[in-house]
Parts: sequence; structure tokens; C-alpha cells
Amino acid sequence: MDFPLFHLDWLNDRFLIAFIAILHVWINHGLAVGFMPYITWLEYKGVKNAPSNQITDPEWDEVVYNKMKVAFIITTTLGAMTGVGIWFSAALVSPNSIASLLRVFYFAWFVEWIVFVTEIVLILIYFLTWRNANKSLRSKLKHIRFGVFLSVFSWITMCVIVAILGFMMDPGNWLTDQSLFNGFTNPIYLPQLLFRTPTAMVVAGIFGLMLTTLFAAKKTKTKNKMLHYGGIWVLLWTPLSILGAVIYYKVMPSAMIANMSTAVGTMAFEQYYNILKYIIVVSAFVALLFALWAIIKPKSFKFAATILPFIIILGFLGIFERVREFVRKPYIIGNYMYSNLIREDYYPLLQKEGVLKNATYTSVNEITEENKIQAGREVFVITCSRCHTTQGINSITNVFERMYGKGKPLDVEAMKAYMPGMHKVRTYMPPFPGNKEEMDALACYIKYLQQTGESLEGAQTRGIDINPDHTTEAILPLMN
Amino acid sequence: MLMLSNILLQISTPVPKDIPLQLPMPEWLLVILLVVSFLAHILFVNLMLGGTILTLWYEIKGLKNKDHDTFAREIGLTITVNKSLAVVLGVAPLLSISVLYTIYFYSANALTGTAWIMIVPLVILAFLLTYLHKYTWDLLAGNKPLHIFIIALSAALFLFIPLIFLVNINLMMFPEKWGIIRGFLSALTLPNVFPRYFHFICASLAITGLFIFWYNKRKNYPFEEIYHSLTRYDIKKIGYSIALGASIAQFLFGPLLFLTLPSKGIGWNLIILILTGAAIAIPAMWWIWKALSGPEKNIDKNFGKIIAAMSITIFFMGSGRQIYRSNALEPHQKMVAAATKDFERRAQEARDELKEQKVTPVVVNTPETQIRRGKESYDSNCAVCHKMNERLVGPPIMEVIGLYKDDETKLKKWIREPYKKRPEYSAMSAFPHLPEEELNSLTMYLLSLNK
Repeated sequence: MDFPLFHLDWLNDRFLIAFIAILHVWINHGLAVGFMPYITWLEYKGVKNAPSNQITDPEWDEVVYNKMKVAFIITTTLGAMTGVGIWFSAALVSPNSIASLLRVFYFAWFVEWIVFVTEIVLILIYFLTWRNANKSLRSKLKHIRFGVFLSVFSWITMCVIVAILGFMMDPGNWLTDQSLFNGFTNPIYLPQLLFRTPTAMVVAGIFGLMLTTLFAAKKTKTKNKMLHYGGIWVLLWTPLSILGAVIYYKVMPSAMIANMSTAVGTMAFEQYYNILKYIIVVSAFVALLFALWAIIKPKSFKFAATILPFIIILGFLGIFERVREFVRKPYIIGNYMYSNLIREDYYPLLQKEGVLKNATYTSVNEITEENKIQAGREVFVITCSRCHTTQGINSITNVFERMYGKGKPLDVEAMKAYMPGMHKVRTYMPPFPGNKEEMDALACYIKYLQQTGESLEGAQTRGIDINPDHTTEAILPLMN
Repeated sequence: MLMLSNILLQISTPVPKDIPLQLPMPEWLLVILLVVSFLAHILFVNLMLGGTILTLWYEIKGLKNKDHDTFAREIGLTITVNKSLAVVLGVAPLLSISVLYTIYFYSANALTGTAWIMIVPLVILAFLLTYLHKYTWDLLAGNKPLHIFIIALSAALFLFIPLIFLVNINLMMFPEKWGIIRGFLSALTLPNVFPRYFHFICASLAITGLFIFWYNKRKNYPFEEIYHSLTRYDIKKIGYSIALGASIAQFLFGPLLFLTLPSKGIGWNLIILILTGAAIAIPAMWWIWKALSGPEKNIDKNFGKIIAAMSITIFFMGSGRQIYRSNALEPHQKMVAAATKDFERRAQEARDELKEQKVTPVVVNTPETQIRRGKESYDSNCAVCHKMNERLVGPPIMEVIGLYKDDETKLKKWIREPYKKRPEYSAMSAFPHLPEEELNSLTMYLLSLNK
């Protein structure tokens, strides 16, 4: 209503955020939080197992260095920029909610930023001084100590983020108790951390096994030993990851659990939720199996063998993030703002007067017979376009066709009858925020969409129309 | 005619409502955080961009002179460090400007949305290219054109990306223009984008020039092991020459930028600040000139003073940006506050009105009232998908009720936990959230239909 709305009509706006965020979580968990302790541990093993006349086993150290190089390059490019990208995409897709959260959590994010700056400085020091540190045992041990610091800071970065995310998700509390401390004490915090920490270690371990097969020379003792260590790493962390997943699942507030069956996809994929349980079991089982393989028969362990567990474990992490995001619905901020970015408090006014009259950016503010389709389009942009497209992913025509029959002409009256109660039938949907005339216009527009196959452009290409009631001329009389 | 009316409509200035939440800390403190953190961020952006341009330039020159190639390689080493710091230090000003100028910044982001989100993949690509360049210096020693092409591509990206930021920072200050903007390219044509851009590029070169001087002046930098024919003095002269040349150019682009700024944000506070900042740069430039034209042994003289003076200039110019923004937006911010207040008041009134209506009379629980409430519940929960005698989303209600006869428990269980039963219909939604009492009334009503 108060921001020009960016819209991706094929990809779906949510998908943009989800894509960037999940990529970030993969890299953050797998290549930072889990990988830094893994690398430090291997670097230490190199020193410990070194021939007595040497500081470290040079062949071993070189492989570990190369693995770190990959993590360094990916985390400081893709990792860092997808982190910033979450802010960029949220500003476009969800401006009201991210702005509200930022006003309340600015300080928390500031703390997070300081920890993050420290982490980046440490990763630069750790990687860029690696070669120089090999000159004496003292500097090598100091370097390993930097690895420990880096591991701790990567983990703290995650701890703070989880507190912020956990708190932002805690329904009802976010406006009354605005201290970060609350984020750490809310019931979902520790279980999330218990799940994320070992899972990050498992992802890192599997990625580590993958890199070992790439960087260690074939059929060498170094390679076999490193695969062995990698296998043990995965083997030890997997049970903890399963335990964390179970605890995390159990403490989800019951209201959220009720929604979870729809979380893994859209309505039609409800059965996927049951599959989620199997995904946990299967991915854990696969991880364990491959860990054992690496431990027992490292000689036969090849790069190709790591692809399957790698994909499965990333999928596992991705699905958990998807569920975590979805359980917020129909709210984007619990009991405060719905996922259409409209505050619950504004509903009585908007349902009485209509959203168009109160929107800053709309080409229609009085609905007539002549402008009905255009009015419906504006209503769609304001009330539906954050989650639905016209013809793309999760398209509005498709969700109605799924209800009324594929390919059948949509019935305006039926859709109008559905809208006032849709939030009771589809509990993840917010109530419709507008008035009767707007429901009518919207239903006509949806029918029109089905008939014409027309698509919708966002403010980034179409620009904006300014409601004459929301211009400087209109507002000046209010200023005294 | 239609065109004309469109144009007339478009010249109006929108006044949106603001986020109705307090700023997280006093505004002046946020402003200080914004200016300081932005300067820290832009310092490393300058070094990243300037470093990339100079690496490209000297690697090309290095085709003839081996030492220039070495020089390019040495600057190249610093890019990837500076770029990491540039990104991480950018988060604080990003968040600060988002909080301080939410309505303005996010609106500009959306209006240039495609370009705005492209920043993410473009920066990733540019970064990966700089790594590729850095780690293939030996590998591609025999294929210089390719190696140079990699850094040229990276430099092109680094030169383009700041334009997207500048367009946003510029557009956010002019809500009166938002109505005519159709994407990034049209926002790019607003009058003072390019003067700002060249001002930024020259600043990058000037700062990188000073950085090169410092980098090669360090006592523990093993210069003599790295270079063959070039001396420290030669490289320091290159650094200072770039810094001086770029600073002189600033005296051209600076006034140009100032003259193209729309008048609405210009005040005496801004003019005094900018003139003072520019004046402080003049002695620094004089010292650089003396170092360049004087004897070799004196070149390090005044370096500390030069850095100090230039830092003050940068701080003044950075503050000037903020002063202009604040001057330019102040009247509009007041209108936004008025619109927000008015809307919040009306929303409150509507809430109060609804509360009054909701005071329901005490009802005695007779079967009739219960059936009536059951019908109300049916209308708001079930009628969405069921009609009495026809198929809508679900099957006709009369047909369904026939299946249950008087088995209330079974019916209740179905409403609470339905599953996919009929292949030609989608599964019914579950109603676990329906209060027990409402469910009782509902089933009573439904079963009464059967009689």
C-alpha cells in the first residue's frame, strides 16, 4: 500500500527470497560454521602426526590448505553476497515487514554485524597467513589458535542470527518484549541451535570428504587417512543432528505444527509432509553409510560417491528452512502483520473503506463498472501479489482451478463467496483485507486472467500510479 | 490527449504512510552511525575499484615492462582483501539508511528493482573474477590477453555496479520524480547521477593513489626482493601522481555535481560545509605537489599531514551528502508524518467502532439458538466450498449429511480430521481450530437438515 511493489510474475517473489536465503544457509552452515572447526581440526592433526623433524606433514597440510581455499573463495563471494542479498530481496519483496523488524531489532542486527565483521577479519587472517605460518612451530600453533577463534566466531554469528530469527517468529511477543535477551530465552531457541550446530558439522564433513577426493593425490596414505578422519567426523555428528531435528520438531508450538503439513509445498503436496519424516531418516542413514564407507574402505571411496549424500544433506537443510519460514503463516510477523504485508490492526478500517482508497499507489480509488478489471488488478497487486502470481508459480488462476476443476471456466460468484471465509478454510491464508466491491473486482480480474492469460508487471518495469488522495496537495490540509 | 492526461497525473508527489514504529535510537545517533559507517564502507569500495582499475592498467603496461606487471600483481593482491571488507562494512550503512529513510530508500529500490537485485549476482561474478585473476597469474603467464581480459571484465563490473547504488541514493531524495520512473534506465537519466558518478570514480583513484604510496613506503615490505628496475621512489611517485591528478579532477566534477543538484536541499549549512571541505584539500594537494617536484629524500615528508587533511575533506564531503539529503527530505517527511498520524487515527476509530458492535447480547442455550449459531458457523466456514444441492468445491451438503444420519461423533471427527476420500475432489480442509462449542452447534445444524 505504501511502497511501490516489486513483482516477479513468473518466478514468484517469495521464491526469490527463498532461493537467496537457502543458498546462504547452505554456505554459512556447510562452509563456515561447520567447516572452520573441521579444517582447524585437520590442520592440528597434520601437526600432531608430523614426522618428528618437521612442523607439519607438508603433503597433508597442502591438501587442508586447498580445502580451506575453496571455502575461503566461496564464503567471501557467494556466502557474503547472499547474506547481503537477503536484505536486498526482502526490501523488494517484503518492505513493510523487514522495515518493521529492523526498527525493533536494529540493535540486535548491529551486534550481529560486529560479530560478523570480526568473523570476516579472522577468516582473512586465517587463510592469508597460512603459508607464512608454516615457517616455525610457534607460528603454526598460533595459526591453529586463529582457526579456533574463527570457528568460535562463525558459531557465535549463527547463535545471534538464530536468536533474532527465533524471536521474530515467536508469535505475539515481538512488540511487547523488545529485548534481544528474549530471543535467547524463547522456547524455540535452544532446539534450533541444537539442530543447526551438528547439522552444519555434518554438511561440512560431507563437503570435506568431497574435497578430499578432489585435492588429495590418488592412492596415497594422506588421502586414505583424511577420508578416514572425515568419515569419523560425519559419524560422530550425525546422531546429534538427528537428535536436534527431533527436539526442534517437538517444541514447535502446536499451532504451528497444525500448519506444517502444508509447509513443504502447496496444498496439493500435503503428503510431502509425511515424507519429511522419511527425509530425516533417509538422509541421516545415507550420511552414516557413506561415513562408514570412508572409514572402512577409503581406497574405493571416490568423488562420485560423495555427490548423493551431498545433495541429500543440502535438501534436508533446505526443507527445514522452508518449513521454518512457512509455519509463520498467515502472518509474516506473528499476530501483528499478515503475509500480505497489511497490519492486523488496519483490517477494520480497510474492510470498511477498502484497500484502494487507503493505498498510496493505485490507479483506481473508486470502483465503477468501467474500471472494474483495472481495480481488480490493483487489488491483486496490493493484497495477493506477495505470494501469488497471475500465471507463474503459485498462480492465482491455478489455485482456483485446483478447487473448482482444472480448465473449467472460473465462476465469479463462487470466488466472491469463497473470499470472505477463505482464512477459515485455508488457515495459512490471511483474511481478505478489502471490502465487498473489492472482492467483486478481484474475482472479475481473476476470471479475466484465466480468459486472457495476461500477466502482471511489477513496479520495477511498470512504474507506479499515484492515488490522488495521497499526494502532497491532498495531505497539506492535514498539516497544522 | 490520453498522453497529456497521463503526464498531468504523473507530476504529483506521493505521500505514503510511514512504518508506525519508533526509531530504535535517537535520530542524531543513527545519522552519525550512518555517516561514519558509510565512510568506512566507501573507503574500501574505493580501494577495491581503484585497485582493480590500476591492476588492469599496469598489467597492460606490463606487456612492455616486466616491473609494471609485477606492480599490477602487487596491487592485485590487495583487491580481494579490500573487497571483503567493503562488503562486510557495507551492511551497517545499508541497515542504517533503511531504518532512517525507510519509505524513501525502499521505494527507490522497488522502482529500480531489477537492477537493484542484480547487484547480488553481479558482485558475486566480479568477486569470482578477481579471485580467478589472482590465482591464475602464473598459470596464464603465457596467455596474457586472457588474463588481462579477466581483470578487464571484473573492472567493467566494478565500474557499473556503483551506478546502481548511486541511482538509488539519488532517486530516494526525489519523491516528486517517482511517478515518472519506469525502471533503472529511466532513473539513470535524472540530472545529477553522472556528475555524482564521476566524483566517486575520481575519489576512488585519489584514495587508491595515497594507498599505493603508503603500501610501498612500509619498512617491512620487502620491496627490493620483488622489483628489479623500479625503485620505491618510482612507485611512490606513481601513487602521488594518481592522487594529485584525481584530486585536481575533483575540482571540476565537484562544482559540476553541486550545480546539477536540485535546489531543494541546498542551504547555507551545505555550502559552508562543502567549501570548507574543499579548502582543506588544497594544502594537501600542495604538499603532494612539493613531494613530487622536490628531491627524492623528501618525498615521505608531510605524508601524515596529507592523510589527515584528506581525511577531514572526506569526512566533510560525507557529511555534506547527509546534510543535502536531510534538507531535501525534511518537508516531505513532515507530510508523511501527518499522513501516518491521520491514518493511524482513522484505523483506531474503525477498531473502536467494531468493538462496540461486537458486544453481543447474552443468549440462552436453547436448541433453536444453537441451530441458529450453527447456521452462522456453516455460512462462514462451510459455504465457501459447499452448496446445498450442487457441487461447488466440495460435494453437495445434502448428499454428505445423508452419509452421517445421526452419527454426530463421526461427523465431528470428519470435520476435525478429514482426508482425501473422493478421487474427483480435492481433500477437504481440516478444522482443528474450531472451538468445541461452535462445532457442537454446527453439527446440530447440519444434522437438523436431514430431518
